[in-house]
Amino acid sequence: MSLVKCTLKELQDRFTRGDVSAVEIVRAYFLRISVVESKVKAYITLNDKETLLSQAEALDHALSAWRKTEPMMAMPIAVKDNICTEGLPTTCGSRILGGFVPPYSATAVDALLAQQYFLIGKTNLDEFGMGSSTEYSAFGASRNPWNLSHVPGGSSGGSAAAVAADECVAALGTDTGGSIRQPAACCGVVGLKPTYGRVSRYGLIAFASSLDQIGPITKDVMDAALMLNVLAGHDARDSTSADKAVPDFTRVFKKKDVKKLKIGVPLEFFAEGLDEEVYDAVGEALAVLEDLGGTMEEVSLPHTGVAVATYYIVATAEASSNLARYDGVKYGFRAKESSDLLEMYRTTRQEGFGQEVKRRIMLGTYALSSGYYDAYYAKAQAVRTLIREDFDRVFQDVDLLVTPVMPTPAFQLGEKIEDPLQMYLSDLYTISASLAGVPAISLPCGFSRKGLPIGMQILGRPFEEDVVLRAARAYELATDWRKKRPRIR
Amino acid sequence: MTFETVIGLEVHAQLQTQSKMFCGCATEFGLPANTRTCPVCLGLPGALPVVNKHAVEMAVRTGLALNCTVRTTNQFARKNYFYPDLPKGYQVSQYDRPICEHGWLELQANGTSKKVRIRRAHLEEDAGKNIHADAGSLVDLNRAGTPLIEIVTEPDMRSADEVVSYLKSLRDVLMYIGVCDGNMEQGSLRCEPNLSLRPVGSDELGTKVELKNINSFKFVKDAIEYEIKRQTKVLSEGGTIIQETRLWDIERNQTAVMRSKEEAHDYRYFPDPDLVPLVISEEWIEELQATIQELPRDRHRRFLHDYGLPDYDAGVLTSSRALADYFEACVTLFAEPKLISNFLMSEFLRELHQAGTTVESSPVSPERLVGLLQLVHDHTISLKVAKEIFPELYAGDKSAAQLVEEKGLRQLSDEGELLSLIDAVIEQHPAQVAQYRGGKGTVIGFLVGQAMKRSGGKANPQKVNALFKTRLSP
Ligand SMILES: [Zn+2]
Repeated sequence: MSLVKCTLKELQDRFTRGDVSAVEIVRAYFLRISVVESKVKAYITLNDKETLLSQAEALDHALSAWRKTEPMMAMPIAVKDNICTEGLPTTCGSRILGGFVPPYSATAVDALLAQQYFLIGKTNLDEFGMGSSTEYSAFGASRNPWNLSHVPGGSSGGSAAAVAADECVAALGTDTGGSIRQPAACCGVVGLKPTYGRVSRYGLIAFASSLDQIGPITKDVMDAALMLNVLAGHDARDSTSADKAVPDFTRVFKKKDVKKLKIGVPLEFFAEGLDEEVYDAVGEALAVLEDLGGTMEEVSLPHTGVAVATYYIVATAEASSNLARYDGVKYGFRAKESSDLLEMYRTTRQEGFGQEVKRRIMLGTYALSSGYYDAYYAKAQAVRTLIREDFDRVFQDVDLLVTPVMPTPAFQLGEKIEDPLQMYLSDLYTISASLAGVPAISLPCGFSRKGLPIGMQILGRPFEEDVVLRAARAYELATDWRKKRPRIR
Repeated sequence: MTFETVIGLEVHAQLQTQSKMFCGCATEFGLPANTRTCPVCLGLPGALPVVNKHAVEMAVRTGLALNCTVRTTNQFARKNYFYPDLPKGYQVSQYDRPICEHGWLELQANGTSKKVRIRRAHLEEDAGKNIHADAGSLVDLNRAGTPLIEIVTEPDMRSADEVVSYLKSLRDVLMYIGVCDGNMEQGSLRCEPNLSLRPVGSDELGTKVELKNINSFKFVKDAIEYEIKRQTKVLSEGGTIIQETRLWDIERNQTAVMRSKEEAHDYRYFPDPDLVPLVISEEWIEELQATIQELPRDRHRRFLHDYGLPDYDAGVLTSSRALADYFEACVTLFAEPKLISNFLMSEFLRELHQAGTTVESSPVSPERLVGLLQLVHDHTISLKVAKEIFPELYAGDKSAAQLVEEKGLRQLSDEGELLSLIDAVIEQHPAQVAQYRGGKGTVIGFLVGQAMKRSGGKANPQKVNALFKTRLSP
């Protein structure tokens, strides 16, 4: 089998055994990239091949004496371009960070570095993570490997497309309202948004601090667990990171069923607006889970209807403040020839930010303004608490929830770009888990008649990623969806 | 119409922590620009704040010293505004849930004392500095992220003198508990009064004006007095006060408009999502309460009462905790408070001052100092000799007794030796002896002086005096 077809687990095994060298891995992936990247456009910045090759040579040499490997050693991994990587430009898909090269790496990246992974490149995204299609990237849209005229989803569209197109073995994405899960569903791969606080946010360039989470995008559920093993953990540099024990997330895979698990099906997620093909695919997935020993129960999350509105107030409010630092003073882009400070601020931000980012900064600024704060921001926070309580209540009864990931399969490029509201609604099913901070995984559960992947979402209690992964893995092994790969043309 | 002045005060005090409020950078000043910075205090994308526990402790101790209630759950909030010295585009501060609330501090003015209510004291980070050069403006972020505590009073002060007195009391407290160095000129302590007038007898507050750029006690007084006059004039002429911020102009000795209410920022405060609520346990508060020593005013009172010291002495000795501690260490060893107080206030402080050092690092321990004063007390040496040899005691590590022995400074008290001295003087100065016998008692001073001179200063003057009187008595 071609190296680039391997899952992370398979590649790890081959490398550990010494069946494949680090140099061979780097060569194979760069060859693959040279063939498909011009079509997929998954990356904003590719790492320097020669640098990686010399690192690989040194690694092979060191291992020739004593083959002692680490799980992520020599694994070719892509990192979403809103996660800081020391020495490699980090753009957030924005003009405003033009020329910015971080002097430090994110904690999640450091964890991979500590095991000598290979950073293949930085993947495309909607500017600052604000979008659901990667079309809002200042570097142009990425394409869906299953159908190049369709979007790969977003905002981690570049990471999902790179994994689906075998341009890396796994990738880091970030999820604020669905930005890992939705593109994973669009591209037929697995995307895991861990519990808020499970993975350090240090070095993740903030969009909405109370929602942002780093997580893996991988070829299968096993790989997601392997990645989470490395990424999870308390970080003293992130006050919101949780001081919780990190289990070996692959341990639960000994069980290949979902016996004794109660699975909730929230009615609100199967209502009006859901595409029939998606409805059917998720329905069949539920039947598979039932066959695997799960007990099904209809549940209700009554505040689901206001989740999108709540999200767009909380997230934009935080964003309006988080993005204030891009003022042209210290780093990144600065507009030319301003006559005074105010003009420099204005023109820098006007020219540096894209349309969607500016729209959200304005929304958020408005929501926090004196006189409007109580009606918008404070109200949204109160509703967020209600949404969280919905989940708390439901999870007293069931262990997991199963829902669609997005209302339709991936849409066409340009289809929604002029209609932000339609774009926002594609996050309808993923936003609630973000607001509640609970873990959620997206994995393939079928294909549309047009041949586009369909995803299902499994949500669990806070810090019970292991339960989520167990059900996802059992489903994955009982079906063949993961074995279908796109033909890029 | 006569007006009453109503003044409230906001004071920013820089906390003396080793590192900054939300990162590990050192809080050192006067270093090359931007050398005490890191991703966090530079506001680099992706960097996150972590609360400095020492700053929290200092804030709690400040609150306790100012009789505040400490909130067990408090929250950092972002204050959003654009300025080049503010790297993140917001300042991390506290808004509706400050760490300390509802306290008071006593001030003394015009011979009476008065409690000023403290509305709140909250933690926040400092901004950097803009430096305006010919080629353009530069930004130095060494100071960015330094912890500050902002202490806000109710509008309880009525004159410039009260404000100055409050400010001095506050500074004493902050310095005494070791949270701030109290330096106004260098900006470690910054004050912003807000001031309004109202007709005497009225309960309503007038339109207030905020005053900025005041960096000494003198300017506090000058700026407030100027502003009282200005507002009185405006109101007396039937005008209205405009709500605005005014800057004290040091050159012109007047206040000038900085910005009006219309130009005021909407800071869009909201809870900082990067920082979880700060929880302070009751046990922690108790622990910190125990570290707060007696405050200056209480200790001053105790020094008057327990040691019978004059008000002046008590004031000097309690002006710094170190000096007060030193004094009490001496008194514990040797119960002569006034003798010790006199010596500390004169020789001891002078010697420290000349050496440019502090009480904490005094080379003379309370034990050695008391050793010296005990020799004075039991007449082994005179106070004059003690003062003379103090610089040597200070510079070396010998005990006072050793020094006195080595130098042969022991006071002459042996009656036989003293009498032979006295007889020699009587023989040498017959004229003065005759005058004394003739009833001119003051001449005895001259005779004693002569005897002291002959003894090389070692004779015990009281004894010499007594012996002269016996010898020359009819
Ligand atoms: Zn720093």
